[in-house]
Amino acid sequence: MTSNIRYKSRIPVKTEDSTEEKQYVGFATLPNQVHRKSVKKGFDFTLMVAGESGMGKSTLVNSLFLTDLYKDRKLLNAEERINQTVEIIKHTVDIEEKGVKLKLTIVDTPGFGDAVNNNECWKPITDYIDQQFEQYFRDESGLNRKNIQDNRVHCCLYFIPPFGHGLRPVDVEFMKALHEKVNIIPLIAKADCLTPNEIKKLKDRIREEIDKFGIKVYQFPECDSDEDEEFKQLDRELKECTPFAVIGSNTVVEARGQRVRGRLYPWGIVEVENQSHCDFVKLRNMLIRSHMHDLKDVTCDVHYENYRAQCIQEMTSKLAQDNRMESPIPILPLSTPDADTEKLIKMKDEELKRMQEMLNKMQQQMHDKDQ
Amino acid sequence: MGIEETKKESELEAEVQLELRQSAPSFQTGFIRGTDLFGYVGIEAVLDQMRRKTMKAGFEFNIMVVGQSGLGKSTLVNTLFKSKVSRKSCTPDYEEKISKTVKLHTVSHVIEEKGVKMKLTVIDTPGFGDQINNENCWEPIVKYINEQYEKYLREELNINRKRRIPDSRVHCCIYFLPATGHRLRPIDLEFMKRLGKIVSIVPVIAKADTLTVEERQEFKERIRKDLTSNGIHVYPQREYDEDPEERVLNDRIRESIPFAVVGTDKEHQVNGNKVLGRKTKWGIIEVENVAHCEFANLRDLLIRSHLQDLKDVTHNIHYESYRVRRLNESNMNFSELVLSSWPLKNGTDTCETESQL
Repeated sequence: MTSNIRYKSRIPVKTEDSTEEKQYVGFATLPNQVHRKSVKKGFDFTLMVAGESGMGKSTLVNSLFLTDLYKDRKLLNAEERINQTVEIIKHTVDIEEKGVKLKLTIVDTPGFGDAVNNNECWKPITDYIDQQFEQYFRDESGLNRKNIQDNRVHCCLYFIPPFGHGLRPVDVEFMKALHEKVNIIPLIAKADCLTPNEIKKLKDRIREEIDKFGIKVYQFPECDSDEDEEFKQLDRELKECTPFAVIGSNTVVEARGQRVRGRLYPWGIVEVENQSHCDFVKLRNMLIRSHMHDLKDVTCDVHYENYRAQCIQEMTSKLAQDNRMESPIPILPLSTPDADTEKLIKMKDEELKRMQEMLNKMQQQMHDKDQ
Repeated sequence: MGIEETKKESELEAEVQLELRQSAPSFQTGFIRGTDLFGYVGIEAVLDQMRRKTMKAGFEFNIMVVGQSGLGKSTLVNTLFKSKVSRKSCTPDYEEKISKTVKLHTVSHVIEEKGVKMKLTVIDTPGFGDQINNENCWEPIVKYINEQYEKYLREELNINRKRRIPDSRVHCCIYFLPATGHRLRPIDLEFMKRLGKIVSIVPVIAKADTLTVEERQEFKERIRKDLTSNGIHVYPQREYDEDPEERVLNDRIRESIPFAVVGTDKEHQVNGNKVLGRKTKWGIIEVENVAHCEFANLRDLLIRSHLQDLKDVTHNIHYESYRVRRLNESNMNFSELVLSSWPLKNGTDTCETESQL
């Protein structure tokens, strides 16, 4: 093999080593190549935050990414809020750390759950997520696929108020409307008003209710059996800690001789990054340092594929009804179909039918995996 | 209408007294000072008599707590009266489930301190503001309050009245605001607008241990601004201040409402003393320490200084305006009202329509 010869170069080697090196191909360097390419390309990540106003969403986002995204925000007074509908606001930030670029998009949902009548207040949010999927679907099925922008929502942080005794009706309905479209990570907001016992009780209660109502929140992937014990222990602790009880802060205070992010009260100082005070560090590590890629993968492989399969099924069922041999890609603007494009269309048509069969098989596999 | 009349009367009285004093300084008919008396008359002993009588008879106080589930209403009431008087501690099968409709629960206790007996009734409103669609969730509460006024009115108009009419009218309504730190929410505005006209509302910021001191101040300012811009009058209302002294006292209270409270029934050791507090990993929040939260201010207002005033305001102002409304609506005089068989249900329905006020 050429790589073998390249590796051997001109250094005279002993016979024992040479047998090993004969068997070394060199594609173990692939991860490094991928790494180098991704660093050049950069990553993107879309995070959605949802919850009632005053839950500390903006503060938490600022604490997570150590930026100030909400400098010029104006708080509406109650009269203006009476007629407010749920809006979707996007903030995009380019962050760079040690040469790695991250294009971070935060999707904010002001107005959620604030009105007196909150029926279907999650509809603008589900519509937005579907729109992003639809756009990606169009781009993916299009002819020029070089620069597809991925605006799909990779993760949704849902803020549960710490005041209640568990999940409220609006929490349950929201999560059920979204659990099959996006990875939901429920959080207990403003956890500094709870004592450690209360936090434990609330977490148990919420986990119970999530099971009871059949809400599919984001599950951490299982550890491989060959990981070391420490990693497995950390993973177990992470799983037992959900939903995370978080505290965010925009200010830096002096505590124990150090300057830390925290909140200063007359009775003490809450440190955001102190693991015994809250689960902020666990959330940050999970979200950014260990599971960011997994969140993107689950979005691509599960949620997006579900959407796509649904879309295609609808389209083919419509076709069967109409009984026409038209283009199954209704989104391309075909003004004057000439012979070449018609051939292309027919080819794509057959390809799509084949892909649909594959998808059905994949769905079946996914069902089996879930069970 | 009644308020303005009493104000004019008092103004008139003051004028008359001034004239008397000015006209004949040596001939003061209406005003004898203590120094002018040449012996001890014993007028002030009437205070003792009153005190003994009221101690024997006891007081009644009805307090209503309104707010979303989990804001600490039951705990606060228990902490206020230092006994287990809330629904949570009294109903045997209390569950922390969210109920589908707003149902009112009343629990009554007789508590005693230094020979003074008080019949305390706590009216709880579980289910308020907990659903997805909270439209008109305040209606059962408005209905209940008006029903109590109606009951009292009936008793008053009876031919054979009881000596002491049992008073089940709501003297005070504590409204719990969640400590979001932003502003009043639409549901808060709607509730307080409607109920500020028929009962004395005391708004409090619940679970305030999640706000720092600066956040607390800003939050309170924004709430006060929202209240004035919407014409909501909470207790103590400015119009009902009777004299300048009271005005100064109440102004000070008005500058610090809504009170930011923290409630608990657990005790911890701090500096060798046993205090009521919440123990967290970063410190102990002492409930009765004014530097930590304003629970002590709320307790002083409600119990130590303004308890009787709350009852007076309810009786003289809210109840009277209800009475005037009812009598105007029925357009009859007293005896006719008593003789007619007026079912309670019909009465409350007509009251819910905001006719004059």
